[in-house]
Amino acid sequence: MSSTAAERPTSRGGKLLRWSCLGYLGIVILFPLTAVVVRAVSAGPARLWTEITNPFAWHAIRLSMTTAAVMVAISVVTGTATAWVLARYEFPGKGFVNALVDLPFAVPTIVTGLMLVALFGPTSTLGVVLSGFGMGIIYEQSGIVLALLFVCYPFVVRSVQPVLENLDPAEEEAAATMGASRWLIFRRVILPSLVPSIVSGAGLSFSRALGEFGSVVMVAGNRPMATKTAPLYVYGEVEGFNLEGALAVSLVLLTCSLVSLVLASKMSERQG
Amino acid sequence: MKPPKPATAPEMTWPQRFLIAAVLAWFGLLIFGPAVALVRRALAPGIGAFLTKLTEPDALESLWLTAKITVAVTIANTVFGIGMALVLVRQRFWGRRLTDGVLDLPFAVSPVIAGLMLIILYGPRSTLGSRLQAIGFPIVYHLPGMILAGLFVTLPLVVRSVAPILEEVGSDQEDVASTLGADWWTTFRRITLPTIRWGVAYGAALVVARSLGEFGALLVVSGNIIGRTQTATLYVHDQVESFEPHGAYVMSVVLAGVSFFMLITLEIIRNRSHDKEYASEEQADAAKTSRGKIRPTRRH
Repeated sequence: MSSTAAERPTSRGGKLLRWSCLGYLGIVILFPLTAVVVRAVSAGPARLWTEITNPFAWHAIRLSMTTAAVMVAISVVTGTATAWVLARYEFPGKGFVNALVDLPFAVPTIVTGLMLVALFGPTSTLGVVLSGFGMGIIYEQSGIVLALLFVCYPFVVRSVQPVLENLDPAEEEAAATMGASRWLIFRRVILPSLVPSIVSGAGLSFSRALGEFGSVVMVAGNRPMATKTAPLYVYGEVEGFNLEGALAVSLVLLTCSLVSLVLASKMSERQG
Repeated sequence: MKPPKPATAPEMTWPQRFLIAAVLAWFGLLIFGPAVALVRRALAPGIGAFLTKLTEPDALESLWLTAKITVAVTIANTVFGIGMALVLVRQRFWGRRLTDGVLDLPFAVSPVIAGLMLIILYGPRSTLGSRLQAIGFPIVYHLPGMILAGLFVTLPLVVRSVAPILEEVGSDQEDVASTLGADWWTTFRRITLPTIRWGVAYGAALVVARSLGEFGALLVVSGNIIGRTQTATLYVHDQVESFEPHGAYVMSVVLAGVSFFMLITLEIIRNRSHDKEYASEEQADAAKTSRGKIRPTRRH
């Protein structure tokens, strides 16, 4: 676990540094990863497939995908709107909002979950009113979406905001001179240049949402076939010593997460 | 929600006001409201009860464990992060792109899955785990496992904060220093470290925030053992599970307070490094013309 914190101009020193770093990377990431692959191979694809198609596992995977997708759909609109308002308008409290946008990244996820329970839960006024209307949030699937919305709020905002700030106003002015309405300008001039950053933010959000655990544990209530998402299912299987079941679902999650991350990074490269 | 419209007119129109109000309302409901609700719940029985709860032995012990893990993880990953950034930016070797990709893997891995990986590798039923346990060095369900989990989830943070700066400034000054006869340590201490210090500080602050709040991986790795040592986040979970919401609220306020403090620290560091960027812009421009191949851009 040792690595030298210095660059050595001599090639021997440089090599030593490189191998220490790679060794550390190996111990922390590659060892566990290899162990997972070995375990998956020794279990065999048939066993893993059985585990994935088990109705409880399958429901958990589908629930994770759906809640993440719903969250992304909402977050794309609210995130772009937030970025827009922060980049273009002056209003009281702007600095405050701008600083607190990153709060979900800093706050521990379990605290996030508890915050949402405190505001929307069955013991709060708001929670009682909502469930009076038949719209209970906490311990329901909508609670999961709410937790994901909180946790992923900064992604779209922070990827769209810098693009909006660096946008060349000349194009908009030209369009306005030619008589385009504001909505038309937004749709035809501004939106196309925002799309890569929006997709990038959406990809990061989706990837993060699939794996979200701490906040969902608090708000979901962990009911099988109802509010048990894939990470909760993985945790349950580890506790029950069914490592193959946990592994199978993990591989599905990991693949989807990686795909959406790669998509996000391709998009943010295109932007640069 | 109404579609956003550009602000070309100096006077705000009603749709614009509506949009701002809608964004503020959403922000209030999603982020600000829950934060206020948490603080209110924690302080509802009074400040005395808050302090009593916080100074209970279980609570203090969990904070102490969190502090130990955070310090260990931050030191290890900061040292590694500086080294890895130097290797990735300043050296060319076979497998560099692959290393670069592997480094970002923790971003794609759910904390629970990170925990599962450690259980599979070091768990009591694994070959390695049972051997280590036999020689009196158990990993999973003990402190080393918790530290490993923390190392895993925070691994890329310092590298990704330092590498872009190293790229930006190039290696001219370092080369000059060594031409003038400075040894590697002097070059590192006098040239490289001052250049990257805000990047290091930013990355380290991210590591602190992340390892303070880590929950999923720790929950899996610490097992469901009664009377186990708990971190602060596990304490919150346990209090909720055992229907002691006040303890959970109190500890959460402490954790949220620390993360808020970290957020402000990050903001300050970002502004500092920004100022510095402008001050040395001329230098950087000069360096840019002579710098080598550019590493792929930052991922996030």
